[in-house]
Amino acid sequence: MPFNLLVLSCFLYVAFLFTVAFVVEGRAARGRLGWLRSPLVYTLSLSIYCTAWTFYGAVGYAARSGLEFLTIYFGPTLVFVGWWWLLRKLVRIGRQHHVTSIADLISSRYGKSNTLGVIVTVMAVVAATPYIALQLQSVVLSFGVFASAAPDGSRPLDPGQIAVWVAAGLAAFTILFGTRNLDVREQHHGIVTAIAVEAVVKLVALLAVGSFVVWGVAGGVADVIDRIEAADLSAWQVQPGRWTGLIFLSAAAVICLPRMFQVMVVENEDEGHVARASWAFPLYLMAMSLFIVPIAVVGLDRLPSGSNPDMFVLTLPLAEGQGALAMLAFLGGFSSATSMVIVESIALATMISNHVMIPMWLRLRSGAAAGDDLRQVVLMARRLAIAAVLALGYGYYHVSGGSAALATIGLVAFLGVAQVLPAMLGGIFWRGATRTGAILGLVTGLATWAYTSFLPSFGPGAVLPETVFTQGLMGFAWLRPHSLFGTEAMDPLIHALFWSMALNILAFCLGSLFTFPGPVERLQGAAFVNVFEGAVGPQRWARGRAEPEALLVMAQRILGEETALSLFQSAARAQGKEGFLPDPTPAFLDGLEARLSGSVGAATAHAMISQLVGRATVTVEDLLAVASESAQILEYSARLEAREAELTRTAGALREANDKLTQLSLQKDAFLSQISHELRTPMTSIRAFSEILTEGDLPTEMVVRYGRIIHDEAKRLTRLLDDLLDLSVLENGAVQLTLGLASLQGMIDTALTAARQTRPERDFQVIRDLPSETIYLKTDADRLTQVFINLISNARKYCDSDRPELRIVVRQRAGRVTVDFIDNGKGIPKDSQALIFEKFARLTDANRAGGAGLGLAICREIMTNLGGSVAYVPGQRGAAFRVTVPLRLERLAA
Amino acid sequence: MRRPKRPLFLARAPYRRRRLRDAARLLPVLGAFLLLLPLLWTPTSRMAMTSGDVIYFFSVWLALIAFAAAFAPGLRGGDTADDEED
Repeated sequence: MPFNLLVLSCFLYVAFLFTVAFVVEGRAARGRLGWLRSPLVYTLSLSIYCTAWTFYGAVGYAARSGLEFLTIYFGPTLVFVGWWWLLRKLVRIGRQHHVTSIADLISSRYGKSNTLGVIVTVMAVVAATPYIALQLQSVVLSFGVFASAAPDGSRPLDPGQIAVWVAAGLAAFTILFGTRNLDVREQHHGIVTAIAVEAVVKLVALLAVGSFVVWGVAGGVADVIDRIEAADLSAWQVQPGRWTGLIFLSAAAVICLPRMFQVMVVENEDEGHVARASWAFPLYLMAMSLFIVPIAVVGLDRLPSGSNPDMFVLTLPLAEGQGALAMLAFLGGFSSATSMVIVESIALATMISNHVMIPMWLRLRSGAAAGDDLRQVVLMARRLAIAAVLALGYGYYHVSGGSAALATIGLVAFLGVAQVLPAMLGGIFWRGATRTGAILGLVTGLATWAYTSFLPSFGPGAVLPETVFTQGLMGFAWLRPHSLFGTEAMDPLIHALFWSMALNILAFCLGSLFTFPGPVERLQGAAFVNVFEGAVGPQRWARGRAEPEALLVMAQRILGEETALSLFQSAARAQGKEGFLPDPTPAFLDGLEARLSGSVGAATAHAMISQLVGRATVTVEDLLAVASESAQILEYSARLEAREAELTRTAGALREANDKLTQLSLQKDAFLSQISHELRTPMTSIRAFSEILTEGDLPTEMVVRYGRIIHDEAKRLTRLLDDLLDLSVLENGAVQLTLGLASLQGMIDTALTAARQTRPERDFQVIRDLPSETIYLKTDADRLTQVFINLISNARKYCDSDRPELRIVVRQRAGRVTVDFIDNGKGIPKDSQALIFEKFARLTDANRAGGAGLGLAICREIMTNLGGSVAYVPGQRGAAFRVTVPLRLERLAA
Repeated sequence: MRRPKRPLFLARAPYRRRRLRDAARLLPVLGAFLLLLPLLWTPTSRMAMTSGDVIYFFSVWLALIAFAAAFAPGLRGGDTADDEED
C-alpha cells in the first residue's frame, strides 16, 4: 500500500472528524442537539478508556501474559455495574456543584482549597505525560509498520517527524474545539460527538480484524479454541496477587483518570444516561476484548518470531495481504490515540488553567486589571496549557525513545492517578475527611508512587542510581524501591500499588482524624456527602458590602458581557427590582459563585468573590448559629406537637363530659316525670275516695273499706317518699353507717324471715350451705340485711317457676365475700339486664307488687356505700344476683 | 440535625424498588467474587489459563452486563429525594 495514500486517508479522516465536531458545535450553538444528547453518545464517549494501549497493546499484553489483560476491563465493568454505589453520587455532585475537573472536585470538597487543586493537577499531569507519549508512540509505530511494509520504496518518514506532526495536529484540533467558549459546565459537544464517532471506528476496526482472523485466517471458533489449547501455556499464568491488584487498579483508574472524569461527570448531560451506560459501557468493553485472545494466538502462530506483538492488529492483516483491512485497523488505532489525547489534554488544560495559571495571574495583577476581559485570559491559558501538555507528551516520547512496552507505561499511569481515590471516596462518603488529611494522603501517595513505580519505570540508572535499587536509598536496605520495608516477594507493580495506597490511606485517615476542618470545608463536606438529601447548610455568603456594580464587572470578565448582564437582570427581577443591579443577597452571591465556578473552578470563583465581598467567608459561628437555629425550630415544633396532643386530649375529655351531662339531664327529666307519675297514682285514689266519703250517707262498711284504701294508699305514698329520701341520702354519700361485727348467717336468716311477708302464699324452697355462711363481717349489718331482703323479696315476687327455689351461695375470696342469690325462674332478658338497677325500672307491670321500682337502685347505692357492689350474673339458669362485700370495711374518711 | 422521619413499612411498589436497589448494590460484589473465583481453582500460586477459563470469564462478564441491563430501567425512574438512601 502506498505510504502517501495512508497519510492522505489519515488527513481525510481527521478532516471528517473536524467536520463532525464543527457541525455539532453549530447545532449546539442553536440549541438543537437532539439525539446527540442521547445515552448512546454518552456511552460511546466513555470509550476513551480504550486508548491505543488497549487497541494495540491488549494483543501484545495477551501475547505476553495471557488473560491478565482482561483485568484492565474487569475493573471498569465492576464500577459501572455497581453504578448505584459511586457513579450516581459522583455525577450528581458534579452537576450540582458545577465541577469542572477532578482537581476541582477535590478542591471544592475540601473547602475550595486551591492547594489541593494544584496537587491533584500536578499529579494528573505527571501521570498523564507518559500516557500521552504512549499514544504518540503507538501512532508512530503504526506508521512505521506501513512504512516498512511498503514495497514501492517510498521514503518512510522519520518517526520523530511523525510524532511532531501528530502532536501539533492534535493540539490544533483540541484548541479549536476545546477552547471555543468558556462554557458554564465545561461541556464540549463537538468533541464528545467526534469521540463517539471515533469509538465506533475503533470498535468496528477491531471487530473486523478479529472476525477476519477467526474466520479468515483460522478455521472458525473451534479451531481458535484448539489453537489456544495448543499455545504455549507457560506464559499464560496469572499471579493471584496481580490479578486482584490489577482489577482494583483499573477500577480505581476508571474513576480517577482525568479524561474519564471529564466525559463521565463533566460532559454528562443527564443522570439517566449513567443508568444506560451501566451496562452499555461494559458491553462495549467486552466487544473490544472479544477478539484479543484469538488475534494474539493466531499472530503468535503465523507471524515470524520476534515480531512485535503490540502491532499484531496491523501486521496480521498486512501479512495476509489485506491492505484495506489493515488500513481500517490503522484508523482504529489512530482514533484510539487521538481521542484519548484530545480529551486528556482538555481535562488537564482545564485543571492547569483553573488551578495554576488563573490564580497566579489574579495574584500578579490583583485589582489593577478590573476592566479587561478575563475570558480571553482563561481561554488563552487553556490554549497554552493544551500546547504545553502535548509538548510535554512529545518531550517524554522523544526522551524515552519509545522503547518500553506499552502496557507497562499504562499501568504506571493508572497507579499514579489512583492516588486520588482515597481523597475522592473519603470526600464524598465521609464527612470527617479534612483538607489536611487529603493533602497528606495525596502527597504521601504521590511520593510513594514516584519512588516505587514512576521513577524506576525509566530503568535502573536512568533517574534513580543503580545503588538505590540494590542497597536502598542512602544505604537503608528497607528503602529499596521494589521492596519497601523488606517486602521482597511482591511483584513490583503490586508492591507499588500496595504501599502507595496503604500509606496514602493511612496518611489521609490520620490527617483527617487529628485535624479540625474549617467552616467552608465543613459546609462543602456536608453538601457533598449528603448530596441526595437536598440543600444543606447555610448560605456561604453573609450579606457583604459588595458593590453590585463591581460584581457585574467581574462577572462580565468571566462570563462575557451579554451572559453576565442577562444573569444579573434575571436576578434583579427575581428580587423585584428593575435594571441590572440586584442586591448582593447571600442567595444571589451563592448563585453567582456557582455560575463562575463552572468556568474557572470553585476555588478561583470563591477567591474572586471574596475579594469583592470583603468578608472572606462564612465562619464557625455562622455554622453554629444555623445549627442552633434549626435546633430551636425543631424544639419549637416538638412543643407545638405536644401542645396539640394536649388540646386533643382536653377536647376529648370535654366532649365526654358534655355527653355525660346531657345524659344526666335526660335522666333527671325522666326521673321527674316518673316520680310525678308515681306520686300521682296514690294521690288520685286518695282524692277520689275522700271525695266520696265527704259526701256522707254511706253505709259503714263502705266507709271502712274506703278508709282502708285511703290508708293503704297513704302508706304506699309514705313508703315511696321514704325510699326516695333513702336513695337521696345514699346517693349523696351522706348516709350514717353503723359498723360492727355481724354474722353473715344471722343476716341471711333475718332477711329470709323478713322477706317471707312478701307473697306469703308461695311455698319457696331455699337451698343454703350453712357452714360456708359462718363468716363474721365488719360492716353495717342493717343495711346489708336490707339488700338481702330486697333481693330475696324480688326472687319471691318475680320467680315464675312452678316449684320455685332460691339458692344462696357464699364464697370468700381475697378479702371479699360474695353472696349469690340464684332462683330457678326465667331470669332477666339480656337487653334488660343493664336497666334493672336504674330508678323506677320495672320489667313488666304484670308482676307489679306495690314496689316503685326503687329497690335495686337502693341496693346498688347501699352496696357502693358499703364498699362493695351488687350485680346481675347472667347465665345461671335463672335470675342471679351477686352481692360482693368487703370482709372488713374500713371507715372512709368523711 | 435530625433527619425527617421515614415510613417504617412500605407499599409493594416502593418495597420492590428498594430491593432492586439492593440488588444493584450487590451486583458488583457478586461480580468481584465470580471474577476472583478462578484464583482458587489451581492449587499452585500461579494459575494457568486455558480456553475454558476464557469462556468462563466471558460468560460471567455477559451475565453481569445482562443483569445490569435488567436493573437499569427500574433504577432510573424512582430517583426522588424522599425515598433516597433507605
